Amino acid sequence: MNVPSNLKYTKSDEWFDPATGAMGITDFAQSQLSDIVFVELLVEEGEEVAVGRAIASVESVKASAEIYASAAGKVSAVNKGLSDKPETLNSDPFGEGWMIKVEGGATGDVMDAAAYEADCAGRAH
Amino acid sequence: MAAIVEPTIFELSSPGRLGVTMPASDVPETVLPPNHLLRSDLPLPELAEVDVVRHYTRLSKFNYSVDDGFYPLGSCTMKYNPKINEDTCRLPGFLYTHPLQPIETVQGNLVLMYELQEWLKEISGFAGVTLQPAAGAHGEFTGVLMMAAYHKSRGDSKRTKMLIPDAAHGTNPASAGMLGMSVVTIPSDERGNVDLKALAAACDDTVVGMMVTNPNTLGMFDEHIEDVIKLVKDCGGLMYGDGANLNALLGIVRPGDLGFDVMHFNLHKTFSVPHGGGGPGSGPVGVSERLHDFLPSPLVGIVEEADDETAPLYGFVTPKQSIGRMKAFHGHFGGGLVRAYTYISMHGPDGLKDVSQYAVLNANYLQAKLRGTYTIPFDRICMHEFVAEGQFAGSDVRALDIAKRLMDYKFHPPTNYFPLIVHEALMIEPTETENKDTLDRFADALIKIAEEAKTNPELLHNAPHTTPFGRMDEVKAARELVLCCWLPENYESMK
Repeated sequence: MNVPSNLKYTKSDEWFDPATGAMGITDFAQSQLSDIVFVELLVEEGEEVAVGRAIASVESVKASAEIYASAAGKVSAVNKGLSDKPETLNSDPFGEGWMIKVEGGATGDVMDAAAYEADCAGRAH
Repeated sequence: MAAIVEPTIFELSSPGRLGVTMPASDVPETVLPPNHLLRSDLPLPELAEVDVVRHYTRLSKFNYSVDDGFYPLGSCTMKYNPKINEDTCRLPGFLYTHPLQPIETVQGNLVLMYELQEWLKEISGFAGVTLQPAAGAHGEFTGVLMMAAYHKSRGDSKRTKMLIPDAAHGTNPASAGMLGMSVVTIPSDERGNVDLKALAAACDDTVVGMMVTNPNTLGMFDEHIEDVIKLVKDCGGLMYGDGANLNALLGIVRPGDLGFDVMHFNLHKTFSVPHGGGGPGSGPVGVSERLHDFLPSPLVGIVEEADDETAPLYGFVTPKQSIGRMKAFHGHFGGGLVRAYTYISMHGPDGLKDVSQYAVLNANYLQAKLRGTYTIPFDRICMHEFVAEGQFAGSDVRALDIAKRLMDYKFHPPTNYFPLIVHEALMIEPTETENKDTLDRFADALIKIAEEAKTNPELLHNAPHTTPFGRMDEVKAARELVLCCWLPENYESMK
């Protein structure tokens, strides 16, 4: 499982990059969901989002999930191409699979990579 | 086995071939409706009757139904549907009536509906029942509408939150969401009950109510259900019961007595109405005294009492603060209500209690046989179903592989990947209608598959091997949706 050390993580499997303001879902999340077949981004550029606001809806062959903002701020960019290529979330969740970027970026309750890895290990079998 | 290919009915079409010839018109000619209501380009297949019959007969042989074999699809209660239901729902008095007939001419139908309302009240402990909703989720929507109407009638407009456990059916949050409510998810505790601490923290004066399935989708009866109900009621909320799992409770526990305010019945699960492609559902809703006046209209009632010489006259009545009609006409009468009425009357009170006791016994028997081979994450006495993990340590075999392999053993797979709170879930509901031999064969197949997962995982990854079609590409099907093969010639003008 890939858990980049420069990112922050939520208990609900989102990541946040304090350097760029980008956020998305983790490698653990995509592996649990399995093949992702649908993504809808629920926010637009210029909007203010609060921590915990639903920013995207994701569906796989197994389940559907809401993705929540891991940090607050004004949305500066939205990865519009994602909905045409939902499989990007499986292949590159921390890179091309970014969902939105925010300016500001005050986080709520987040973990560092080590704590998140331990949290995932506790949940997986 | 090579795939058996059956062409589509469109591929079988040959221009000019006829199934029916229309007789000469014996009514006056008239002007046709305007162009935008008419389409000349519908690609209707042209075949003789015999070709149509053979095509669909061949297709039907690819099918698997509860009449073919065991169908342990968790949370769906795929019990055997007694054939006497098919006789009663085709009685001419039921079959050849129209919902707009004068009530004096359909008293038999109305008596059946009235008695079914009364029986469902007796079974569930509720004060009133509507038979209108077309299926379970429609029943949920009806129930949540009544909950909203109740709060509104009291001038209580702050309530916007619906509390829903993480084990819930997806229809519960969808029903609340359709009414603009926000959904608050309540986690389950380590024994599969509603987490009381999390519930207490979520309860406040903005709560519409809580939607609970009990037993829940883990097949667990909530050990603190009375505390759950008290917490919700103490903050002014109403309790919604999802009746999907009522098959575990008949004659044993009545949700109305527990303190639920509203619950939908799935006649197509608990009361042997065919479903899963076999027919439309039917989702009557029962309510407590305080929601009674909000029931949809009309209900079936006695509109003229009996006297010494005449029977009572049955007809339609409107509850005082009714939320209105939920469906054109009166519910799925022949398909749902007559069959459920037949099922209940064939069993009687003691028979219905047997139904639930055998359903629970069968589930526990299977759970006991599989324990040790499969991980049972919430491992205690279950109700009518249980959830196992379809994965093994050190193996890349998944629940989907096990489900597909079961088809090679001539069993319908259990529900998989639900509930979401269990990894690689396999949700198994045998129902009461299976004998011990069938349960043993099913358990043996699952145990053998667990062995195959170790010795020959590829066998599972590529399963099924013995069905007309092999493993379907579910990812491609979901990513590349093809819902329409053609566009009508006047598509642009229709937009």
